[in-house]
Amino acid sequence: MADAKRSPLAFMTSALAEAEVPDAVALRELSPRTQIDLRGEVADPAFAGTVESALRLTLPRTPNRVADAGGLLALWLGPDEWLLVGPEASDLEARLRSALSGQHVAITDVSANRTVLELGGPKAREILNKGCPLDLDPRVFGPGQCAQSILARAQLLLHQRDIEPTYHLYVRGSFAFYAASWLIDAMKEYRFAKRGGRRER
Amino acid sequence: MNGAYRLPGKGRVDHERRLNFNFNGRRYEGLAGDTLASALLANGVVLVARSFKYHRPRGIMTAGAEEPNALVQLETGPWSEPNIRATQIELYSGLEARSVNAWPSVGFDIGALNGLFARLFVAGFYYKTFMRPKLLWERLYEPAIRRMAGMGKAPTTPDPEIYDKMHAHCDLLVVGGGPAGLAAALAGARSDARVFLVDEQNELGGSLLSRRAEIEGAPAMEWVAKAVEELEARANVTLLTRASAFGYYDHNYLGVVERRTDHIAPSRRPLIARQRLWHLRAKEVVLATGAIERPLVFADNDRPGIMLASAAQSYVNRYGLAPGKRAVVFTNNDGAYEAALDLLDAGVEVAAIVDPRSKPEGELAALARKRGIEVLASAAITATRGRKRIAAVEVMALEGDRVRGPRAWIGCDLLAMSGGWTPTVHLFCQAKGRLRYDATKACLVPDVIAQATHVTGAANGGFELAAVLGEGFAAGRAAASRAGFESPEAPPITATSYRESPLHPLWIVPSVKPLGRGHGKHFVDFQNDITAADILLAAREGYESVEHLKRYTTTGMGTDQGKLSNVNALAILSGTLGQSIPETGTTTFRAPYTPVSYGVLAGRDIGDLSDPIRITAIHEWHLERGAVFEDVGQWKRPWYFPRKNEDMAAALKRECKAVRESVGVLDASTLGKIDIQGPDAVEFLNRIYTNGWSTLTYGQSRYGMMCHEDGMVFDDGVTTRLGENRFLMTTTTGNAGPVLDWLESWLQTEWPELRVYCTSVTDQWVTVSIAGPKARKLLGELAPEIALDGESFPFMTFRQGKVAGVEARLFRVSFTGELSFEINVPSWHGLHVWEAVMATGEKHGITPYGTETMHVLRAEKGFVIVGQDTDGTVTPEDLGMGWIVSKKKDFLGRRSFARVDTARSDRKQLVGLLPDDPKEVLPEGTQLVGDANARSPMARSLMVGHVTSSYASAVLERSFALALVKGGRARIGETLYAPLVGKTVAARITEPVFFDPKNERRDG
Amino acid sequence: MLLIECPWCGPRDEVEFRCGGEAHIARPQDPDALDDAAWADYVFMRTNPKGWHRERWCHSQGCRRWFNVRRSTVSHEITAVYKMGEEPPEAEGSAQ
Ligand SMILES: [Zn+2]
Repeated sequence: MADAKRSPLAFMTSALAEAEVPDAVALRELSPRTQIDLRGEVADPAFAGTVESALRLTLPRTPNRVADAGGLLALWLGPDEWLLVGPEASDLEARLRSALSGQHVAITDVSANRTVLELGGPKAREILNKGCPLDLDPRVFGPGQCAQSILARAQLLLHQRDIEPTYHLYVRGSFAFYAASWLIDAMKEYRFAKRGGRRER
Repeated sequence: MNGAYRLPGKGRVDHERRLNFNFNGRRYEGLAGDTLASALLANGVVLVARSFKYHRPRGIMTAGAEEPNALVQLETGPWSEPNIRATQIELYSGLEARSVNAWPSVGFDIGALNGLFARLFVAGFYYKTFMRPKLLWERLYEPAIRRMAGMGKAPTTPDPEIYDKMHAHCDLLVVGGGPAGLAAALAGARSDARVFLVDEQNELGGSLLSRRAEIEGAPAMEWVAKAVEELEARANVTLLTRASAFGYYDHNYLGVVERRTDHIAPSRRPLIARQRLWHLRAKEVVLATGAIERPLVFADNDRPGIMLASAAQSYVNRYGLAPGKRAVVFTNNDGAYEAALDLLDAGVEVAAIVDPRSKPEGELAALARKRGIEVLASAAITATRGRKRIAAVEVMALEGDRVRGPRAWIGCDLLAMSGGWTPTVHLFCQAKGRLRYDATKACLVPDVIAQATHVTGAANGGFELAAVLGEGFAAGRAAASRAGFESPEAPPITATSYRESPLHPLWIVPSVKPLGRGHGKHFVDFQNDITAADILLAAREGYESVEHLKRYTTTGMGTDQGKLSNVNALAILSGTLGQSIPETGTTTFRAPYTPVSYGVLAGRDIGDLSDPIRITAIHEWHLERGAVFEDVGQWKRPWYFPRKNEDMAAALKRECKAVRESVGVLDASTLGKIDIQGPDAVEFLNRIYTNGWSTLTYGQSRYGMMCHEDGMVFDDGVTTRLGENRFLMTTTTGNAGPVLDWLESWLQTEWPELRVYCTSVTDQWVTVSIAGPKARKLLGELAPEIALDGESFPFMTFRQGKVAGVEARLFRVSFTGELSFEINVPSWHGLHVWEAVMATGEKHGITPYGTETMHVLRAEKGFVIVGQDTDGTVTPEDLGMGWIVSKKKDFLGRRSFARVDTARSDRKQLVGLLPDDPKEVLPEGTQLVGDANARSPMARSLMVGHVTSSYASAVLERSFALALVKGGRARIGETLYAPLVGKTVAARITEPVFFDPKNERRDG
Repeated sequence: MLLIECPWCGPRDEVEFRCGGEAHIARPQDPDALDDAAWADYVFMRTNPKGWHRERWCHSQGCRRWFNVRRSTVSHEITAVYKMGEEPPEAEGSAQ
């Protein structure tokens, strides 16, 4: 099974599942997907137009926005940088390479660079704000927005998926164990608050 | 005697819910809604502490955060916490507390003998008496003083509680839930702004909780209840009670500690974070932090039973208890008359109100007289009696700053005093706001704001309820408006109001004898036992700056941070120096307002979460194989892989031998990797690295070194040309982030014309490095499609192909000197490839090795590690690597090589060291000297260098080291000495290459 | 803790940024034309003022862009944030 991909948190799958607090919050690691870091000059129609016709997706120019074209995402990372996210084993990189050949761009496969954690539920926002300084209030941050920041002491690329809220947390592979352990710890109290659990002396 | 002082049916306590608690080993009963302090007072317990220096009996003086005396050790075992204010501890069933300032007991106290030696303890007594000789201080005085003074005891077992943090943003943050704060919050809430209201008490209402005031013709607490109801109903409002705003930092950033379970017995607390540290960022801040009443400074003003008038009022109205049976009130303002009337109505006999003012003729004074209370005008208390509780006060007539006439003693068991009010401006001043002195109110009030701050209510010097409500509302509206929200105007609110006579400042109440001469002590700082005489003495000795006075006398340096004492001390110093209070100035206000536990500051960043643990995709395997790990930055890297019963030295010897004789495998995934793309990438590398890159062709790798502009080595690594316009740069493990920042800073700021993009791919790839004579044979079995012979795949080149069925990048580099291949695969295939290497390599004797073996092997070859053999003061030339410095181009740091200092010939240079004793492994960092007789510690002038790397070598069968030695290359062959503890080790300077100097092994 | 307005991402906490020291120090075009003192001035010497200071910051945990900030080293007030290559706005600040 040479091709079987082992995600950074494969060894924590059950720990993530067990951390769930029904009606409050759930956490899981998503299966691998194709992630391409794309750099280019968006003001140049040759670049933006080519990407648009090749992928049928308009790269967001507004900072910290996500474009979603039928499951293919473009997350704004910087004024000349996007993270394209598509299904596993897509030919995204090859399509971009042939469409943009000859242009000054950077196309980098970073599929295994970050893993994606899904944190969802009514308490998800509060749990994130225990370690993330972003203003995640619905007035400020909502579905279709992304932001790069920190979660506790790890880099975080955050994407809000829906109003529940459900978040996708893009975390570098080497930090995934730390980030997941931190989240599980931060989720714990809701379980006890729910059960009215008492500590043992 | 449980509850002997309780007022049945009175106060906000629940007379039906009785709670047992234990204080100083005795059982008592209190009520739900009590604090520990109120429960003790209800039981007639007034003596709760011994003072810090003189061990005088002390009682509960306040009902809030400003309490200087009633500090307790709360709970026992792992929950035990020292120095907690009894006035802020919410009572729960089973609570246990002890006095901290009482050894061996509060009642009988050996330390009270100190009173006989009082002259010892004048201002600056630490400095004068104890600082020399130092040894005596450490061995004798300090332990004795600490034990007697009882600073409380830190628990000796780990804290079983959990703590957390929360980041929040709001448009309007209101600090303080009294009348002004509630009004401001209401105004903000009605504007749809995001409002946070933070209050340190368990219940909102602030001063209204303790007064019998009326708002809109009804009891004030009915207005509070309605306000709270409205705030709670609004989605845009967050109410935090039991939450202390302790720090006001830059850009409207405030720290707030919310105590979530402290009011519940430890055994019954839910398993949620006990305390939460809020990081609040507010567009606008409204400070409605109230005011703190000041004590009067008269002779023996510290006896148990003496308390602030507002505290007495609070104990009657809020906690439903009589703090005494017969009270005397001593006040220089009208406010305490209200307390006197409340005491009277609660059935406490009020023997007299002593007022230094000649004509106390406000409405409240008239009311008091009408109710039959004797008001003694132009009078002062000049002495007090009573050992464990006040028994009587001496009253004399006051004329100017002298007392005269007959001395009258009035019996009492409660003395309620008021010297006026001090606005609580701690947060305002932390925010860099400036104060001015209000002579009418005799207090410092906010003057110039420094951030987006509004101050309202008593914190702003407003003490009249109706006005405070109006101002609070206006402040809330103004703040909301500045944050971009419109709030409707509110109609004026009516409230209890009295016409008052002005306050008469009386900073020192005179006695018959001059200050410091008689027996009586005029205490200013109760917690640190500082008297008015101490301040006068300090001023006489020349400590005229208020900051010097504070440190010399320790005024305001206790855990209460001088909440009661600072203004009195300041006024007394000003009076002594004959200058105004503004001329003297205030000390700096610093966070925290009240003490904050370390636990909540750490939050969940403890244990395994104290710092990120970064792991590679192969980590599980390392764990299973019993690897011993080393922390490299945040990474956990296998240090070595001991077999059963093997110590570190034996494991290293085995691992080193395996690489030199067969094949070893290292997890090198932690190296930083940066994908560099663009038509100007070569030019970019030429400017960043010291060596040239123009001749590097597709598929080739090159070692590069980069320097900062000062010419000192910053990082090194191998960079490979992956395509026409594409390079993969590797960095050292610890520098991956800084190097990327460095590259971006040059691209974005100095060289925007270069068409180059850099992308971090450190976590994308796992690097499995195999090294040793059998490496090619092993890899051949795993990658049959790739030609691996030396001609097809030469040293410092790169190939792509399948390894163990996975598409991989192969690099022929060598950090050990042996034939070596670095296999890079996407990290999710890392474990698979590693396991395939292990399985296939078994017959070749494959040996996993860790960072220590890697270090030994590279040092044998004289390869440096940036950050180990360099320290930011080392140039490539110093390392003997002049060959890597191009003469044909400019690059970062080049010009610095020509600087006089950088070109010196006696700079520290990298050399090898061979200890005379081949078994002696020098400690890394050891200083080296030329004098065989020098002993540690040596003079700096004798030191000629230091050891940077040092190991026992398996292949050399001896110890060896790398060192930086002044003018070292010219001294090869000389002997240097390493003075260690108990011995001196001689070592010969050598070339820094110990093994295979001709590189005959790297091609296999 | 400062609140810094990234020209792209908007106001963010200081923890997401890295300070790169004094701004507007251009690398000399021809380092060899400088004597040791002039080169040392470029490499080592900074104004370190008490008051208004123009400095470089990088949104290192965010969009990775470098930009300029005008900040008072006394009050920490920030009165301008502008991109690389741009000139700072004229007026200094409202307060020191
Ligand atoms: Zn940004």
